[in-house]
Formats: sequence, C-alpha cells, structure tokens
Amino acid sequence: MEIFDHLALGFATALSLDNLFYCFIGVLFGTLIGVLPGIGPLATIAMLLPITYKMTDPTTALIMLAGIYYGAQYGGSTTAILVNLPGETSSVVTVLDGYQMARKGRAGPALAIAAIGSFFAGTVSTIMIAAFAPPMAEIAFKFGPAEYFSLMVMGLIAAVVLAHGSVIKALAMVVFGLLLGMVGTDVNSGVARFSFDIPELTDGLSFTAVAMGIFGFGEIITNLERREKREVFTSKVGRLLPSWEEMKRSMAPIVRGTALGSFLGVLPGGGAVLASFTSYAIEKKISKTPEKFGTGMIEGVAGPEAANNAGAQASFIPMLTLGIPTNAVMALMVAGMMIHNIQPGPQVMTTNPTLFWGLIASMWIGNAMLVILNLPLIGIWIKLLTVPYRILYPAILLFCCVGVYSVNNNVFDVFMTIPFAILGYVFRKLACEPAPLLLGLVLGQLMEEYLRRAMTISRGDWSVFVTRPLSLTLLIIAAVLLVIVFMPSISKKRAQAFAEED
Amino acid sequence: MRIRNHQDFWAGLMFAAIGILFAGFAQQYDFGAAARMGPGYFPTMLGILLMLLGLLVSWRSTAKSQAEHRLEPTGWREILLVLGAVIVFGLTLPWLGMVAAIALLILISAVAAHDYTWKETIISIIVLLAVAYLVFVKGLELQFPVWPKFLTAA
Repeated sequence: MEIFDHLALGFATALSLDNLFYCFIGVLFGTLIGVLPGIGPLATIAMLLPITYKMTDPTTALIMLAGIYYGAQYGGSTTAILVNLPGETSSVVTVLDGYQMARKGRAGPALAIAAIGSFFAGTVSTIMIAAFAPPMAEIAFKFGPAEYFSLMVMGLIAAVVLAHGSVIKALAMVVFGLLLGMVGTDVNSGVARFSFDIPELTDGLSFTAVAMGIFGFGEIITNLERREKREVFTSKVGRLLPSWEEMKRSMAPIVRGTALGSFLGVLPGGGAVLASFTSYAIEKKISKTPEKFGTGMIEGVAGPEAANNAGAQASFIPMLTLGIPTNAVMALMVAGMMIHNIQPGPQVMTTNPTLFWGLIASMWIGNAMLVILNLPLIGIWIKLLTVPYRILYPAILLFCCVGVYSVNNNVFDVFMTIPFAILGYVFRKLACEPAPLLLGLVLGQLMEEYLRRAMTISRGDWSVFVTRPLSLTLLIIAAVLLVIVFMPSISKKRAQAFAEED
Repeated sequence: MRIRNHQDFWAGLMFAAIGILFAGFAQQYDFGAAARMGPGYFPTMLGILLMLLGLLVSWRSTAKSQAEHRLEPTGWREILLVLGAVIVFGLTLPWLGMVAAIALLILISAVAAHDYTWKETIISIIVLLAVAYLVFVKGLELQFPVWPKFLTAA
C-alpha cells in the first residue's frame, strides 16, 4: 500500500531530533496559549512566524506552527472546565457541561475525557489526511486558472457563510483583505501599487505586521478595557481516571464528534469552532435526556472536544492540497510556507514529499505528546491560570514586538502594526469579525493572477467561468450558499446557532 | 429613517470610504481591458464592490427588523498606552538597544491595566529581560543591538 510508504517517509522525517524538538515546542506553546484566555493561536502563530525565518528546513517550521494550532485545542478545554471561561473560541461549548462537572467534583474525568477524545480524533484525522490528500491533489491538477479563480470565490464565500456574525459585513471584510493584498509591486506590470513611495511597502504588507496589529494588539486593548475577572476553580482536580460508566457514555460521542470534525474541517470557514458547536447540538438532540445537558453531562464534553481537534487538523487538507487556506490560521500557515519559497498547492506533495508527509506524521506524534502534557502535568497549567492578565499582556506585547521586528530586522514593520492595531480595535467595536480579512489578504494577489490568466486565455470573454464545467460547479455552490444564508428561515436558525457563542 | 444598529451603520460607512479610497487611488494605474488587465483593473473592481457592500450594510442598519445596538465608549487610555509603548519600542530599539527598549515597552504598557502595581512591574521587567536575553540573543541569535549605541560604539 502506497499510503504506508508515505507514512513511513513521514515518520522518518518527523522523528528526527530537530523536528521532534520543535513539534514539542509547538504543542507546548499551543497548550500554553490555549490555557490562557485572551490570546489565541492566531496571534501566537503570527508571533512565532518570524522565528521560523531562521530555520533552514521549512518542514520544521510548519511542524511547530501546526503544533500550536492543534495544541491550543487541548489547552482550551482545561480552562473551559476549570475556570468556566473558554481558553479558545472552540472550547466555548465545553464550558457548558465541563464546568458543571468540575463543580460536582468530576473535573479530573472531564479533563481526561477531553484529552482522550482529542487524541482519538487526532489519530483518526491524521489517517484521514494521509488517505484523502493525494486524491484531492489529483483533482487539483486538473484545475486551470478559471477553476482556481472560481474555487477561491467559492472558498471565500463558504468561509464567510459558515463563520458567525453578519454575512455582508464578513464579505466586506474579505474584499477589504483582497484590496490590502494588492499593496505592493504588481507582478505583471512591475508597477508599485498603493505604496505611496514608501520603499518598504513595495514588497507588500507584511502578514505578521497585519496579523499582529489586528489580532495581537487589538485583542490586548479590548481585553484591558473589559477588566475581566477570573476565578479559578480552586477545589482539587481529583482522580483523573473516568469511571467505566463515563468511558462507555463518551465512546459514541467521541466517534461522532471525530467524524463531524473531520468533515466540517475540510469545508472552508469550518475548522475547530464550527465542529464543536455542531457536535454539541447533535449530542443534545440524540440524547435520551437532553434536558440534563448543561448540568455536567460527559457527552457534552467528549463530543465537542473530539470534534474541535478533528476539525483543526482536517482544515489542513485544503491548505496542503489546493493551496487554499480555509481559515485565518491556515492563511498564516500559507504565509509560513511562502516565507520559505514554497507555493502551497497540489505540487507540494510531489516536490516536497518530506515536508508534506513529515507534517502529517508530526501531527500524530504531537497529539501523543499533548496527552502527556495535559494529563500528568495538569497541575502546572492550573498554576498558570492564577497568573493575572496584567502580568501576562506586557510579556505578550514584548514577544509580538520582537517577532515583528525580526522579520526584516527593521523597525518599519513595528510601526506598521499601529494602524492595523487601531483598525483591529475599530473592527471589534463595530462587531466586524476580522478573520475573513486575513483570508482575503493572503489570497488577493493569487486571485488577481488567476483572474488575469483566465481572461487572457479566453480573450476577455467572461463566460469562461460558466462554460467550463468544473468552474461552473464551484460557482453554483458559492451561489447556492449565498442564497441559502439569506433565506429568512435559515438566517434565523443561523442566528440562533451562533447565539450561544456570545 | 432612524439608525437602529449604530455598529453596522458606521461599519458600512467605513467600508464604503475604504472602497472609494482604493478605487480612487487605483485610477493612477493603467486599467487595461478584460483580456489584458492592467494593474488598475482588479483594485478598481474590488474598491467599487467594497463601496457597494458598505452602503448596503449602512442602509440595512436602519431596517425595522434590526436590533438596537449602540456603540461602546472608546478606551483611549488603553489604546494610547499600549500603542504608545509599541511606538516607543520601535523608536528606541535602534539607538538604545534591546534592554532599554524592552524596559520602556513594559513600563509604559503595564500602566494600561487598571490594577497595576509598581512593584509587580519592576519584577516583570527584570524577569522578561532575562527571558528575552536568553531566548532572543542566546537561543535564537536574533540580530539586534542589545546595549545603547553610544556605549558599544567606543
């Protein structure tokens, strides 16, 4: 079987000393920021992205960055269960039953089930990626410029529809992001666009500066305003091992959550958050005692925690095979690949097989490390939760500033974060979800390039997008998604589904 | 017509203004034609699209079905202190070096918290400087001046 050869190559790569070390650093940081409310994987990856510059092997860099993302899903559940606060957005639903379990003295089993569920989901979705990525890349090779353009349109629209908040505003944020992507030298004509004679801008906006400004600094300012009060669950975590009965009750939700997460994660805009919400809703619906949900049902912890980890990992599939990021974290991963001159897309699998399979194998290794990090070492994370935000944010700020500076060893990028921090703050005040902007920023130039090529081939005939069957299919999917989301009955349901989040 | 959702109303205006700005500046660049797109083509189209989306958002904010949403007050104190700290860091790093720049960054930004204390801030500075020196200078070997220029130049 070919898949075993691939995985063997992957494990050989991932088990090298360097890669193991950075995988560990990644999951450690991921757990750390997952546990701490107020700093997400997005800001952390943006923070560490410049450091990957110094790494000679891009595989190592991606292994570390990936570890941060799925590691954060583990850490987020700890905070959800012990503090009644989601450490990550994807742990929002874990708060509902996890905290109630902690109040009943079952914090240990809740944490254990969350870790076991996540590990199971991580294992299954690693195999999923290994199995489904090659055929997906196969399809992608049939894509011409018109198909790629339509795929991006579909991807961006789906990302907007599945994300929460107002659809039109999210669309506007995508377009704004695409426009920001235009800043810099135009590849075809060599004209420097929107650079206003500032030499640093001719290379385009720095992803790290934009992401750090909007997500890092913008977040810190809003958190400071809120004057959040945190109360750590002080009683003992108790025995970690769940009872046999709890194990039996969690089994089916973990399997369902894994399946759901693997599926939803592949969809644009999907990923961890959507998966955990849907899983909770399903578990509640099929339970014989739905009224008990919210009072400490272990099913309400097991399902969503499995789902968010599966979703986080499955969202690597479209990024690795099509080169299309489906959420903001993946957008940064794309930026990370481009730093090392790797253009994400179907060719990565053949041109950089060690990178591709090494990354996949490292996910399983990272998941195993996470179980150890999260269960026996739980005490350390609990201690960490008692550190107040007023001590944490200057440290976060410091890492952000040094990170941005070290991209080009230039303070220009540090100053570039200021307008984007202000923008990020304004976005939050005006209830505009900033993640779609980053997707647009990453895809802007690519999208323009594919549009140009498609139109040059068709000699200016716009119908090329609807006469080629694959392209037409993708556009129809995009149109259907938009129509559905604006239908009154659906938009009401959608509002309800996301209402629990706020 | 009455604005119900203030957040959406202003968000819409912001998008429209940004769209107009981009489309306007794009006019300096060659527009080209559909078969041979110039550097101005895509930005102009996107700018116009963003303007239309923005106007739509603003217009919908007056709809009867919209829930009332007021704007929250702006936290000028937090914005000025946090971003001011970042600016000071950027200004001082090339001349005063990493140690001084980091100390200033933490000193200024820490004041933004409503419950900060001087004692904690001083301890933070010392601990973070040690971490920064170990991680950035020794561990990652990042390239930046550690000490003030006038001390090391001689």
